[in-house]
Amino acid sequence: MGLVLSEDQQMLKKAAADFVKKQSPISRVRALRDSDDSVGFSRDLWKKMAELGWPAIMIPEEAGGLGMGCLEMACVMEECGRSLVPEPLLSTAVLGAAAVVLGGTQAHKADLLPRVADGSLLMSLAYQEREGRYDLAHCRTRAEKKGSSYVLSGEKTLVLDGHVAEVIVVVARSAGEHGDRDGISLFVVERGAAGVEVARQKTMHLRQVAILRMNGVEVSSAAMLGTEGNGLALLEDVIDRATAGLCAEMLGNMTATFEMTLDYLKTRKQYGVPIGSFQALKHRAAKMFVELELARSSVMGACTALDHGAPEARALVSVAKARCSDAGAMIGYEGLQMHGGIGMTDEHDVGFFLKRLRGSEMTFGDAAYHRNRFAALQGF
Amino acid sequence: MSDLQEFREEVRAWLDANCPASLRWGAAVGNEALGDGLYWGGKKERSAATDAKLWLDRMAARGWTAPTWPKAYGGGGLSKEEAKILAEEMRRLRCKPALVGFGLTMIGPLLLQYGNEQQKSRFLPEIVRGEVRWCQGYSEPEAGSDLAGLRARAVRDGDFYVVNGQKVWTSYADKSDWMFMLVRTDPDKPKHEGISFMLIDMDQPGVTVKPIKLISGQSPFCETFLEDARVSAEHVVGGINNGWTMAKALLGHERSMISEAFNESEDKNELVSAARRYVGVESGGRVADAALRDRIAQLTMDKLCLELTLKRTKEAAKLGHQPGPEASIFKYYATELNKDRSALLVGILGPQGLGWEGEGFDEDELAHTRAWLRARGNSIEGGTSEIQLNIIAKRVLGLPD
Repeated sequence: MGLVLSEDQQMLKKAAADFVKKQSPISRVRALRDSDDSVGFSRDLWKKMAELGWPAIMIPEEAGGLGMGCLEMACVMEECGRSLVPEPLLSTAVLGAAAVVLGGTQAHKADLLPRVADGSLLMSLAYQEREGRYDLAHCRTRAEKKGSSYVLSGEKTLVLDGHVAEVIVVVARSAGEHGDRDGISLFVVERGAAGVEVARQKTMHLRQVAILRMNGVEVSSAAMLGTEGNGLALLEDVIDRATAGLCAEMLGNMTATFEMTLDYLKTRKQYGVPIGSFQALKHRAAKMFVELELARSSVMGACTALDHGAPEARALVSVAKARCSDAGAMIGYEGLQMHGGIGMTDEHDVGFFLKRLRGSEMTFGDAAYHRNRFAALQGF
Repeated sequence: MSDLQEFREEVRAWLDANCPASLRWGAAVGNEALGDGLYWGGKKERSAATDAKLWLDRMAARGWTAPTWPKAYGGGGLSKEEAKILAEEMRRLRCKPALVGFGLTMIGPLLLQYGNEQQKSRFLPEIVRGEVRWCQGYSEPEAGSDLAGLRARAVRDGDFYVVNGQKVWTSYADKSDWMFMLVRTDPDKPKHEGISFMLIDMDQPGVTVKPIKLISGQSPFCETFLEDARVSAEHVVGGINNGWTMAKALLGHERSMISEAFNESEDKNELVSAARRYVGVESGGRVADAALRDRIAQLTMDKLCLELTLKRTKEAAKLGHQPGPEASIFKYYATELNKDRSALLVGILGPQGLGWEGEGFDEDELAHTRAWLRARGNSIEGGTSEIQLNIIAKRVLGLPD
C-alpha cells in the first residue's frame, strides 16, 4: 500500500510547495481579510493553479482531467494548508468534482467536469443546515416533485465558497423526515436560477462561506445526481473524499504551526537562554512532533485506501479525521501557548492557524463524531 | 526455476519434514503471547530432550537459528534474500523459532560488528547451538536513565579484570550463563569515556543473582552482585574505555525490539471482545456503555495510526530511503499506548479485574491484571519515555541544551 509518495507524487508536492511559497505567503490571507475583499481570493492566481492542473487532479482523463486520486490531491492540499491558501480548491476541485464524478450522468460530466478541470467553473456542495450538527441525514430542505421537475425550498448554511460558486450541488429531501436515511436527493443548481439567494457568512476560521436560500427554485429532473431518494450514500462518498482532502490541509496547518513554534523555541530568549532549552517545553515540542507524524500516517492511509477502493477506506477516513482533529487542536493550542503573549496578538500568524484548525475540526465531523462512526463501522 | 525459487522449495520441504508438530504455532503450549514453549537455550534450560530441543538441534545443525551469520561461526551463511525466504516459509508452516534470546538478538550481532576473531569463534557457535544463554548487565541502582553514571568498577590484575559493583534490572540473570556488561575502567576520565564493555562468566563465586519481584507479582528481572568477580582481559569487546560506543549500538536495538514486540503480540479485538462480554451490547452490537465505547474506539484508532506509521517506515526502507524522523517516536508511543490499552482492558473487566490468584477469576482475567501492572514498566525499561522525548527534542528537533 502506498504510504510513501512515489517520485511523481513527490514532484507534484514539491512544485506545489514552491508555487505556494512564491505566490501565496500568509500575508496575502491577512490582506484579503483586512480589506474585507468581496471575493476573498485571487481569480488570477486560481487561473495559474488551473494551469498547473490542480482542479483537474481528481477528474478522469476522458472528462478533461488528470485522472489522479486523493493522494495527489492531498499533496497539493497539504502545501496549500501551510499557507492557508484561500483559492476554492476544496469546494470546486474536491466537493464539486467528486459529486459529479461519483453521481453524475454522462451529460453532467460532459457539461461540468471539463470546465472544472480548466478552472473556468467554480462549484460547491450545499449539505449543511443550522441544526443537525454533523449528521448528514439531517435535511429539512425540500424537493417537491412537480411534473418533470422539482421545486427546492429551504436554507443551507456554511456553503464553502458559496458566494462565488456558479454551480452548487444541493442536498434536499424528496421524501421522509429529517434524520431519515432514505428520501435524500442531490441536485445540480445554478446560482443564477430564479429563487436562489446567497448571503456571505462571516466565520472565525478564515474560510469563505455563504448561506444559500432557496424559495421555490425549479430544477429539471435531469439536474438530479444519482437516483431519487438514494442520495445519502452518494453524499457520504463525496464527503469522505473531501474529509481526506481537508485532513491533508490540516496536516499543512499543523506543520506550519509546528515549524514556527520550533523556530520560536530556538530563538526566543528568557533568563539569558533560548526557551527551547527548558525541558518542560522540549517534551511538549517532542509530543507535538509525535502527533504530527501519526497524523501524517493516518492521512496517507486514508487517501491510499480511498484511491484503491479498499473496503476499510471509510473507517480509515474516520481514523484520519479523528486524529487530525485532536492533533490539530493540540498543536494549535500548544503552538499558541509556547509563543506566549505575542501568540495572542492578531499580528502574529499562529492565531490564524489555530482558528483554521478549529474550524476544520468542526467541519465534516469532529473527533468524537468519527470515533462513533469508526466504532459503528467496526461493529461495536 | 531461479536459484531462489529452488532454495524456497528446498527450505519448505526441509522445514515441513523436520519441524515437530508441537513446535508449530497454534499447538497449545501455555500462553503464546508470553513466549511459552519457546527455547531460550543455555545450561539451565529445563526443557532439554523435548521436541523443542530436537527442533533446536536440527535448525542449529544448518545454522538456521542465526541464518545470516557467517558459516565460519556456525551461522547459516544465508544472503538477505535467502533469510527472508526462510522467515516466510517458517511463517507459512507456522514453525516457532527454534531459539530465542539475547545471544541471537543482541550480543551476537555486536560481536559480529565489533568483536575480534578470537571472541567471535569462541562465543558465536555456542550461541547458534543454544548452549549458552546471555543476559545484559547495564543498569545500576544509581544509574538508570543516566546510564553513563554507572559505577561498577573493573581493575586490571594480570590477565584479568577484577570487578566490584551491582547491576539491577538484569533480565533473566538467574537463567543465564554469561552476561555482557558495562563497567568503569577509568574513573578519572569524563563519564562516557571511562567505560568498557566486558563479557563475564556468571558461574563463579564472585557473582550472585537475586530475582526481583515486581508489582505484577512476577518478573524476569534480577539484581546481580559482583564481588571480586573475574573477567579475562581477552573478553573486553571493542577495546578498553570504548564501552559507550558499544552500549549505544546495542541500546538503539533494544528500543526498537521493545516497540516491535508490542506491535506483534497483541490481539486486535481484545478490547472489543472484552467489552461485549463484560459490558454487554445494545441493538446492532453497539457496546452498551457509551463512554467506554468511545475510549475503545480512541485506543483502537491510536493503534492503527501507530501501525500505519510502522508500515510507512518499512515501505520507505524498502524503497531505499534512510529511516526518517518518524522512526524515533516508536518506543515512546508504543509503550505509552500499551499502558493505556492494558489499563482500559482491566477497566472493562470491572470488579473481575481485581483478581490476583485462586478462585473466582478465570485465567484470562488474572493474566490481564498482571499484564496491566507489568505494562507500567514498558515506559521505564529500555530508556524511559522522558529520555525518548529528550532524544526526539535533541536529535530530531534540534532544540538546544
